[in-house]
Amino acid sequence: MKAHLTRRYRFSASHRLHSPHFTDQQNSEIYGKCNHPFGHGHNYKVEVTVSGHPDPETGMVCSLSDLDGFVERTIMPCFQLSNLNELDAFRNRVPTTENLSRELFHLFSGQFRLAKVEKIRIEETMMNSFEYAGGRELEEQ
Amino acid sequence: MVYLTRKAEFSASHFYHNPKFSAEENQRIFGKCNNPNGHGHNYVLEVTVAGEVDERTGFVIDLKWLKDLMNREVIDGLDHRHLNKEVPEFRDKIPTTENLAIAIWNRLAGKLDGAKLHRVRVYETDDLFVDVYGEA
Repeated sequence: MKAHLTRRYRFSASHRLHSPHFTDQQNSEIYGKCNHPFGHGHNYKVEVTVSGHPDPETGMVCSLSDLDGFVERTIMPCFQLSNLNELDAFRNRVPTTENLSRELFHLFSGQFRLAKVEKIRIEETMMNSFEYAGGRELEEQ
Repeated sequence: MVYLTRKAEFSASHFYHNPKFSAEENQRIFGKCNNPNGHGHNYVLEVTVAGEVDERTGFVIDLKWLKDLMNREVIDGLDHRHLNKEVPEFRDKIPTTENLAIAIWNRLAGKLDGAKLHRVRVYETDDLFVDVYGEA
């Protein structure tokens, strides 16, 4: 039987929401506090879900140490204690948590080969969270 | 369709070891989880049932009935037990969270009195959980 394994990671980063498509006045109206000029930060919680049939020899969808190692090597050096606006991915894209979910999904699904990457879920604060599954609908889950 | 989730907790110990692997392989693959004296978790189980709301009762499923079923089929046999040594599903299978969620699904599937078992979720810790939907 297929199993979906979800692992939670944390990183802290700052960002400022400001789009070149709008005037300063419009940016201020659209993004409110998130448009303050010097940015602000969050403790992000990232859940990555991978799926597959547990290996009969190990009982695992994928080795957690492989997944943790991938995150440690590939994800954390970019994102931990970063300013998201400085990253290439957000040079021309507003670092909303919607866009962060898409970026992380593409990083995981493009580079982590040991299980199928199903979904990224990010809690920006206790009060809001975002999910992205490569554009797939999620209503059945 | 309405989805209803009931939560339960159980505490159990386990360790990971495959007798087909050498001692070194077991250590490399399973790390600290390979300690033969085991370690434990406070597992959290969430069972999600899907169904239409009964017009007369307003229920998808009777919660007390679901709680009793979960206790009888799952919790009574797992709580304060050693998964490797006392739970039959793990006599020949490694008690990873993946296999635990599958075993719990198999214990509950077909016993829900007409309602549909939608998902079994098992939290091993706050940072690690497994979902199964009964997909082959």
